[in-house]
Amino acid sequence: MTLIDLANPTRFLALTTRVLPWLAGATVILLAIGLYQSAYAPDDYQQGATVKIMFIHVPNAWLSMFVWGVMSIASLGTLVWRHPLADVAAKAAAPIGASFTFLALLTGSLWGRPMWGTYWEWDARLTSVLILFLMYLGLMALWRAVDDPSRAARAAAVLTLVGAINLPIIKFSVDWWNTLHQPASVMRMGGSTLDKSFLIPLLVMAIGFTLLFVTLHLAAMRNEILRRRVRSLQMMQASRVAFSNEVGTGSHQENASTGAA
Amino acid sequence: MTALSALIRRDIRIALRVGGGALIGVLFFLTVVVLMPFAVGPDLALLSRLGPAILWLGALLASLLTLDRLFMADHEDGSLDLITMSRTPLELACAAKALAHWLAAGLPLIVATPVLGLLLNLDMVATSAVALTLLAGTPALTFTGMIGAGLAVTLHRGGLLMAVLVLPLSIPVLIFGVAASQAAIVGPMTFGAPFSILCALSLVSLVVGPFAAAASLRHGLD
Repeated sequence: MTLIDLANPTRFLALTTRVLPWLAGATVILLAIGLYQSAYAPDDYQQGATVKIMFIHVPNAWLSMFVWGVMSIASLGTLVWRHPLADVAAKAAAPIGASFTFLALLTGSLWGRPMWGTYWEWDARLTSVLILFLMYLGLMALWRAVDDPSRAARAAAVLTLVGAINLPIIKFSVDWWNTLHQPASVMRMGGSTLDKSFLIPLLVMAIGFTLLFVTLHLAAMRNEILRRRVRSLQMMQASRVAFSNEVGTGSHQENASTGAA
Repeated sequence: MTALSALIRRDIRIALRVGGGALIGVLFFLTVVVLMPFAVGPDLALLSRLGPAILWLGALLASLLTLDRLFMADHEDGSLDLITMSRTPLELACAAKALAHWLAAGLPLIVATPVLGLLLNLDMVATSAVALTLLAGTPALTFTGMIGAGLAVTLHRGGLLMAVLVLPLSIPVLIFGVAASQAAIVGPMTFGAPFSILCALSLVSLVVGPFAAAASLRHGLD
């Protein structure tokens, strides 16, 4: 089964019907193990029990960037290979990525309250994630602004790729901006070397969240395909109604029924 | 080459004539700067401290608002289709259009900067620093904004959507533009480092912008 075989939406639907239950099951099992392990992970000597926010926060932050990567590959698929499912993948990923980014910001600010004493700090990393969130929202606004899916797909693909080039630049410039304005007063989180008792649950959670994304993404792609089918059926029906009305009144415009996409 | 220079001359001429609207950008810039003292109070010391930031924000918004015109008018009268179909590569044509747009709408902003600096109580050094950073940075704003203009014209949606898409992309330019001006005025950093990064951003957008805008035009127009 190569990527080109999946160009047929029916085949894709059949494949996902078989795969999705397994994926969902694996996600649930991994997340359960990860949550159990992180609940029984020892408290940090400095941060106490709040360190457990990390097990939710870090996977979300990692996925917030991973999803943009997935969308960039899908956008290449739209523009370069014209793969029929690529724009479905890109469209389905955007709200999921925005949700992960929002959760990363939310858990980060909940973690920042006891640690830094404030919900929001104009820290370089926080700021660049916030900008990433804004770009997700802009992309979703672009998808919603146009009713023709293929036209919206190409515009969104261009914007996604430009964003993929620009995100490292934004990250780097925000780093610069932060070091310029604030001396190192922000408390830096944890050492670079994590203890094993933290690392293993974190990895399990990261894999679990990634599987969660794959599951949600495939399910969202199914929904999007079905939604497009409903849309084209509705358009066909509408044009058929219009056509029969015209025939009824005696005018012979045979082109009227070919407008259905 | 002659086709491109003809395109540039035509675009500048259209922009400067009645209905072109290039100089409205300067008027908008002036109005935004005049609004600022009403918001933060007529404190001259505070204004001179905020001056570079105010000028940069004003220039950013002014160049964003004029970007609507970049492809829209040509799309309406059909000449954009001719440009798309012509033998000149669309990327080069986009770059030429953006250059013309910058000459007609971006340069007047920089010319107006010394006058506005006077209103904001900026001294000689500060004003020339801001003008110099604007000269280096506004091409980046135009060329990244062109991507948004290309998307807007293919989607028949302008205005707010384009602003939402383009503004996050212009954050690096804003950061380094203001950083370089502040470095020249108060220090302690050297002016050279942020200024050369600002120039680098302009050069990168000079490469990326035309390709992205041409891609969106080529895939989006029908």
